Amino acid sequence: MNGLRFSRKQLGIPYALFLICFVVAPLFVIIYYAFTNGEGRFTFDNLTGFFTSPNTIGTLAYSFLLAIVTTLVCLLLAYPIAYILARSEMKRKSVIVMMFVLPMWINFTLRITALKEVLTVIEGNLAFHPFLNSVIGMTYDFLPFMILPIYTTILKLDGSLMEAAVDLGANSFQTFVKVTLPLTVPGIVSGIVMVFLPSMTNYVVLDMLYNSTYIMGSLIGSYFSAYNWNGGSMIALVLLVIILVFTLVTNKYTDDDGGSRGGALL
Amino acid sequence: MEKNNNNSNNIIELKNIVKTYDNGFTAVDGFNLEVKRGEFVTFLGPSGCGKTTTLRMIAGFEIPTSGEILLNGQDISKLPPNKRPINTVFQRYALFPHLNIFDNIAFGLKLKKLPKAEIVKKVKKVLEMVDLEGFEDRKVATLSGGQQQRIAIARALVNEPEILLLDEPLGALDLKMRKEMQIELKGMHDRLGITFIYVTHDQEEALAMSDKIVVMSEGEIQQIGTPEDIYNEPKNAFVADFIGESNIFNGIMTGKLKVRFCGAEFVCLDDVEIGTKVDAVVRPEDVIITTPEQGAVKGVVTSVVFKGVHYEITVESGRNEIVIQTTKSAKVGDKVGLNVEPDGIHIMISETAINKIESSVNRNYALGVFDGKVSCDLTEIVPGSAMKDGVLVDANGEAIDREKIKVIVSILPEDIDMSDDEEAGILCGHIINLIYKGDHYSYVVRTDNEEDFIVDDEYLWNMEDRVSLIIPEDKMKFSLKK
Repeated sequence: MNGLRFSRKQLGIPYALFLICFVVAPLFVIIYYAFTNGEGRFTFDNLTGFFTSPNTIGTLAYSFLLAIVTTLVCLLLAYPIAYILARSEMKRKSVIVMMFVLPMWINFTLRITALKEVLTVIEGNLAFHPFLNSVIGMTYDFLPFMILPIYTTILKLDGSLMEAAVDLGANSFQTFVKVTLPLTVPGIVSGIVMVFLPSMTNYVVLDMLYNSTYIMGSLIGSYFSAYNWNGGSMIALVLLVIILVFTLVTNKYTDDDGGSRGGALL
Repeated sequence: MEKNNNNSNNIIELKNIVKTYDNGFTAVDGFNLEVKRGEFVTFLGPSGCGKTTTLRMIAGFEIPTSGEILLNGQDISKLPPNKRPINTVFQRYALFPHLNIFDNIAFGLKLKKLPKAEIVKKVKKVLEMVDLEGFEDRKVATLSGGQQQRIAIARALVNEPEILLLDEPLGALDLKMRKEMQIELKGMHDRLGITFIYVTHDQEEALAMSDKIVVMSEGEIQQIGTPEDIYNEPKNAFVADFIGESNIFNGIMTGKLKVRFCGAEFVCLDDVEIGTKVDAVVRPEDVIITTPEQGAVKGVVTSVVFKGVHYEITVESGRNEIVIQTTKSAKVGDKVGLNVEPDGIHIMISETAINKIESSVNRNYALGVFDGKVSCDLTEIVPGSAMKDGVLVDANGEAIDREKIKVIVSILPEDIDMSDDEEAGILCGHIINLIYKGDHYSYVVRTDNEEDFIVDDEYLWNMEDRVSLIIPEDKMKFSLKK
């Protein structure tokens, strides 16, 4: 009977194996490739190459720009929607929220293909507005990820806080700026994280919209399809570091605010 | 001249305030109140009685459906909250979690664009007033409930409002803290001279702090008066039952200043016409226990509970149960006599304890209010009418439009029985009110079609219980609505 009892450590073994095989090992492989050349010798060439090549730096800047614009557009669209939905007394509120989430149930490539057809009808040739199309495609794809966290945060907001602000003499605009907006920052930050990171790398959207522009994801893809494992790995590694820094910064933000939000619930 | 003086003393007047929500629910109905400058007024009542709604209308969060709110003679009922010189202390404090204590308190002052030095000075002063000096840089979450409460009060008071509204501000605090805050709030009110309007369901709190208490039930004012008035001279059985504990007995006036209840005659101080049915209210502390020989009422002790300052003794006498508070103990099973001094008896003329329900008449000349399960002979109540070929006709033989006929059904409360079997009676509903009246309970049952029935029953049911009303048809009296 005793043989069937597992200690906590033993139960952890499958997960540890999984992590080693699919997370740690690939990471080391990337690091290894990033700092070696084609003959397997240690080198910094890939690193210097990344930061000296106008191609890679340009793509990085372009990816940043695209991600920032996409995130901003998503935020500007999502906040009012989330606010209206969360604050309204509508009976079928959940149905409308569901409508915004519903596209996520449809296959991603199918959605983008549909969007492509619509855009083609409007624009004629998709190649004329590559940046605009990328923003539209990604916004379409990632908007629910921005709406949901903001919606949840506003929903949880204690209505008496807004009443207190009005009671103390604030008009509706002042109430929004001084109370509602600061208190929904955690939702905004999680929304940004959910949208910003994928918009830097998700080149499938661009590909499917017949887009000739490159973002970080497409760059890695092109290196790999040219069998340049070392250069591609270095780009992946740089991207990894960027994401890590970004996550650390935003995490700190949500944690700080999460704490005081908890206090508000007391 | 006298009248004018009175008016200028009033800081706020509520005139005929009605608040009906979109779903048709009337939260406040015909609310009239005058509050003098510097008064401490408390709205007291059970939850759902409309006290918070009234407060929110004064604050500006709700707009009255009709009626006027006059602040210093000006109608402010449609002004938004930020335009009113009134501040609120919210039930759950509503402190801004993203701001520190200084910014919380300075919130209103900053909006008024006061100079920085003045804001700092005012915040410091108000923090001293609530005994939290030096808390400026603290975060809200690091404060205890009591401290947050004080900050909430400070944040409202720093704006020097003409009226401070407090919505059950001590509800979330523990008992000891609550008592301390009651004394402090009262002290603050006396020092500042600001008008306080306070909402609570705790009658003890209301009695301890207020200059004037407004007792409310189901959206209507039951009584307005000083704490002493409300306690000693409750206007009706609801007030008597809600404020403090009381014994309410069915009685009848048997002579000048003489009332009979619990099988004995007592001298009282209220001059009510002989023969009138009354409710006699006796506070538990006004009942005197003596030997059976000396007592006007004799009974047996059924329970004794030690409550610290006093014992709470329950005595059964015939069908009546009498609660007594006394410093002397007794044993369960003791035979005792009970006396009440004339000033311990308060007489209230019984409310119209007869159900008068208005009903339409349906196609088959049955009563709509009972889903057509009961019919009445309309020829008997409509003068000169007769039934001809199944149609009601008047003396000239012309058909009478049944939609114009309204029948009043009268039923005595004691004729209605209650059952928990939904099929047993003709109407189903929920108990929305109950008062113990010495030897029976008086219930109000709201039926599914929104009619209120008064039902007397000797058995104890609970609030919100779903019951079926058994109303014998032969006990119903029908009349025509004019």
